[in-house]
Amino acid sequence: MAVAEQGAIEDSKPAGEKIPTVICDDLHIVYRVFGGGGRGSATAALNRIIKRQPSPRMREVHAVRGVSFTAYRGEAIGLIGTNGSGKSTLLKAVAGLLPPEKGKVYTDGQPSLLGVNAALMNDLTGERNVILGGLAMGMSKEQVRERYQGIVDFSGINEKGDFITLPMRTYSSGMAARLRFSIAAAKDHDVLMIDEALATGDKKFQKRSEARIRELRKEAGTVFLVSHNNKSIRDTCDRVLWLEKGELVMDGPTDEVLKAYEKETGK
Amino acid sequence: MSDTATGAPPGHSSDGELPPAQLAAKYGLTQSGARPTLPGYVRQLWDRRHFILAFSQAKLTAQYSQAKLGQLWQVATPLLNAAVYFMIFGIILGARDGVPGGKHNYVPFLVIGVFIFTFTQQSVMTGVRSITGNLGLVRALHFPRASLPISFSLQQLQQLLFSMIVLLVILLGFQEWPTWRWFLVLPALALQFVFNIGLAMMFARMGSKTPDLAQLMPFVLRTLMYASGVMFPLHAMLTKNTSAPTWVADVLQANPVSVYMDLMRFSLIGDYSIHDIAPHAWWLALGWALLFGVLGFVYFWKAEERYGRG
Repeated sequence: MAVAEQGAIEDSKPAGEKIPTVICDDLHIVYRVFGGGGRGSATAALNRIIKRQPSPRMREVHAVRGVSFTAYRGEAIGLIGTNGSGKSTLLKAVAGLLPPEKGKVYTDGQPSLLGVNAALMNDLTGERNVILGGLAMGMSKEQVRERYQGIVDFSGINEKGDFITLPMRTYSSGMAARLRFSIAAAKDHDVLMIDEALATGDKKFQKRSEARIRELRKEAGTVFLVSHNNKSIRDTCDRVLWLEKGELVMDGPTDEVLKAYEKETGK
Repeated sequence: MSDTATGAPPGHSSDGELPPAQLAAKYGLTQSGARPTLPGYVRQLWDRRHFILAFSQAKLTAQYSQAKLGQLWQVATPLLNAAVYFMIFGIILGARDGVPGGKHNYVPFLVIGVFIFTFTQQSVMTGVRSITGNLGLVRALHFPRASLPISFSLQQLQQLLFSMIVLLVILLGFQEWPTWRWFLVLPALALQFVFNIGLAMMFARMGSKTPDLAQLMPFVLRTLMYASGVMFPLHAMLTKNTSAPTWVADVLQANPVSVYMDLMRFSLIGDYSIHDIAPHAWWLALGWALLFGVLGFVYFWKAEERYGRG
């Protein structure tokens, strides 16, 4: 029985079938925020702790409300929506970084979020940050060593002198952003998610990073891209999800959704 | 399901009608962010060992990079603490008298106590904040979360190893010459390290749910410091100078921090004999390490998929 089913799947693959890589099923994400609004005396707070009541100062933010979609191999999906519409939260949930309140996310392999910012330390040299960032993304020691020079060259940090051996806090914001992107883009991914990464650095670097993202798309099964730049969505994506207030407003081909979005936002 | 096997038309038309859970099962998709099994978790951690080490070293380097004296503060801070205790406890309160071997052993006694206590204290303090203080990292990257408390404990171990150089100078200054017994430092430190990791993981989970613990812990730890005999010989002090019953002294002496501290003193100070420390001290040290190491690890792993929420 199991074997027969297996056979059926194998047979159907060559016929141009769409293979799902990410399935989102009625996903809800809720943030709990401490100290957001509300007032109360210290004794009231103590009383609540003793009685095990939830704090009124703990507010719940329902960031994603019942989003369902299926992404297939080879797709590049853009996520659009106004600020605070839940785009980044949705990506983090797909990456398995935020636990869902309700609903489920199924993925093929481990999706990775293009972002190492959090692992880097401003007090360390660029050199050590490259190594630390690579290891934090799950690269092996050998991989990091192999790709080290490539990362430094790609970032162009050393074009104006030996800056890679200086602490990162001495970098200009553009330089730091370039290094961060270079580290993040150095890894191969199955399902890749990019959060506003294209708006980094000068024109020259932007061109280079767009080329790198196209390369990553070829290697990756599926690419998600969050951006407020409709042009870069048009250039890279064939399908767009439009989120508003945590709900999926529209899901369809890029042109169709962008047209509706632009009409709505009055651009 | 059987119609798939008997040749339903290939293509996604049939997939579209499948409920998400079955579609996921059909293509072998797994739930994102689900908790791995315990052996799987251990394997993941082992795969991340280079990250754990690099992260701890990075934290260690970054810690004092803004201070002019830099890394010197790593040993200066506990030494200054020891100097304060020497004045208050050693000279004013006369804690020097009960030290095994006599007054002249008080400085090594005190410095070992402060260093060893700081090791556990800092592991707990950084452990409590290891998830809440690194939420950005937890929310941006995928890695077994236990890497964080382990990494912070490892940072403290490295810091202690720096301090040991200073300790060596102090020991030689007080005419403690190296003996074979000094090698007992290694098993004692290893056991304390396992104990610290377990404790750090326990508090990491509690701290991730109740960030207020970070405010409370200094008081708990200060109580522990006085109850473990960091700056005075605990057993002698309690049995001779107070009316406390002997069993209180025995119980306090068997507390993990006290046990690890006494084992270090026994290993390094020549005048110490096995009777000056808690009975069965090595077994106690092993027991505490295993108990807290295993409990802490399992306790932390149980909430693995929930770190980073809220």
